[in-house]
Amino acid sequence: MIDISTAVIDFGLIAPEISLVAAAFIILIIGYTKRLGKFCALTALLGIFVSFYYTLIQYGNPGSGFSGMVTSDDFGVVFRMIFLVTALLTILIAQNYLSLKRLNKPEFYALICFSTMGMMVMANSTDLVVMFLGLEIMSVPLYVMAGFARRNLASNESGIKYFIMGAFASAFLLMGIAFIFGASGTTDLKRIIADLSYLSEFSHFYFYSGIAMILIGFGFKVGVVPFHSWVPDVYQGAPTPITAFFSVGPKAAGFAVLLRVFSFGFAEVEILEPTFWVLAVVTMTVGNVLALRQNNIKRMLAYSSIAHAGYILIALTAGGIEGVSSAVFYLIAYALFNFGAFTVIIMMESRSGGTTEFSELKGLLKVHPYLTSILALFMFALAGFPPTVGFIGKFYIFSAALKNGFIWLTLIGVMNSFISVYYYLRVIKVSCFEDSDSEFAPMSMTPALMFVLFITILGTLGLGIFPDQILEFSKTALFAFL
Amino acid sequence: MFEVFFPILFLFVLAVVIALIMSGLSVFIGKRTKLGKKDEPYECGVEPVGNTKEPVPVKFYMVAILFILFDIEVIFLFPWAVISDRLGMFGFIEMVVFVVILLVGYFYILKRGALEWD
Repeated sequence: MIDISTAVIDFGLIAPEISLVAAAFIILIIGYTKRLGKFCALTALLGIFVSFYYTLIQYGNPGSGFSGMVTSDDFGVVFRMIFLVTALLTILIAQNYLSLKRLNKPEFYALICFSTMGMMVMANSTDLVVMFLGLEIMSVPLYVMAGFARRNLASNESGIKYFIMGAFASAFLLMGIAFIFGASGTTDLKRIIADLSYLSEFSHFYFYSGIAMILIGFGFKVGVVPFHSWVPDVYQGAPTPITAFFSVGPKAAGFAVLLRVFSFGFAEVEILEPTFWVLAVVTMTVGNVLALRQNNIKRMLAYSSIAHAGYILIALTAGGIEGVSSAVFYLIAYALFNFGAFTVIIMMESRSGGTTEFSELKGLLKVHPYLTSILALFMFALAGFPPTVGFIGKFYIFSAALKNGFIWLTLIGVMNSFISVYYYLRVIKVSCFEDSDSEFAPMSMTPALMFVLFITILGTLGLGIFPDQILEFSKTALFAFL
Repeated sequence: MFEVFFPILFLFVLAVVIALIMSGLSVFIGKRTKLGKKDEPYECGVEPVGNTKEPVPVKFYMVAILFILFDIEVIFLFPWAVISDRLGMFGFIEMVVFVVILLVGYFYILKRGALEWD
């Protein structure tokens, strides 16, 4: 029996998670009371800020507790910050949209808090079982959120599809963890690495099967081809603010775990390098080529998110400090400009009878010249044009790949970037050079949306021109781990 | 041997007796209807014959799911109760936290109206 009294109980380690859960509980309690019901969003924001504060405190003080189940290091802190900012921006862009679509329910805020907490657990552990636990805490609220507009058929479809695919992926992941446990006798990554060279011939088979299954499980979550088939339908059907959350938060969480398991944990396993090479090429190419023919912007961005997962896989293939830090930097950059793009889409959809079709953008330039330029900025960032952060992110990934000798992979990546220019610039073409047949309904701006646009523009341009700070930030984070 | 496993035997007997008492009581004092819905194979709000694309009332499932949730709470309480003297104050506080978490959920479903049948 484990002697509980000797385990290190350090609540400071999990204070960020505790504050988020506390906020979610308060929301659930006050949500349906008459007087306090309108403070749900405020409570969630407060919880996120408190959580952010506790996360910041942990920066630079790595620690471990709860019998090694929770490990706090700078790598985890960086990812926790990404998740918290994602949650914050999601709540801000959702405000107007939710009340318009009559979805402004307390559960939304509670689910965002729970899901973010799950991501934080994922990023902050070196134990496979705790990672799985975090993944489930993250995923179950996501399934509910995908089907949040329950009177909407597309949203229902999205929820069910995501649930079935997600459950399937979880089963793979769990089986993989069981195999690795069978081969090495532990689920703690650090101990698995230490015992790697002692594995017998017999247990090698189980070890490799386990690795493959873990890769499949997380591959589903981050939308790696050939496990991507759910992405377009789920992204298109879910309410747009939730799609924005999907495309950034869980993806970053999935990559946090992939980086931890495969770049640090199993970096010695030789077969992984060609595997990631193939996955990166297939993911980029399929994502970009399928995005070319989309007529719905949300669906286009879904395929584009697959393509971006492919770019991050290049960094994973390259490995080492450069590879991992470029992946972290790209995730931060992607979070910024993707959220910016989704903010504009939400404004477009919030008009009376608004949809997310490309044709909806016709004649945007004449009515909203500033907004058009903002949208263009985000599209340029997604395509990877200088001086945006999209360019710096891609540049950093490709240079990491070149440094490690992946010349063909870099070439294919650059070619894919060229393909992606077509569909990103098509958004600009439609909004600037095509005229609407009917009168263009103006969009409304709320302070929350303005704030999100301000933050994302600042990040996209600011980090594009002065990337040094965040680059250093993502690098120091990794030295602490290695 | 017998002394060690006697509590388990006692539990079995107790379970059988309680079940017998419960079903026996309903035989003797319960109201009995022989016709109508009682004869249907599945009487929980779903019509057994008809169009399959009709909306299905989910009230029953709702109660069933909530029941399972709170049932599991009790399952976690059992092992704690068995060694609660060895876990001491720390174990007690942990269990209180666990129960409070579930209580929040209970309060939420009450407020949300998930337990109202009509």
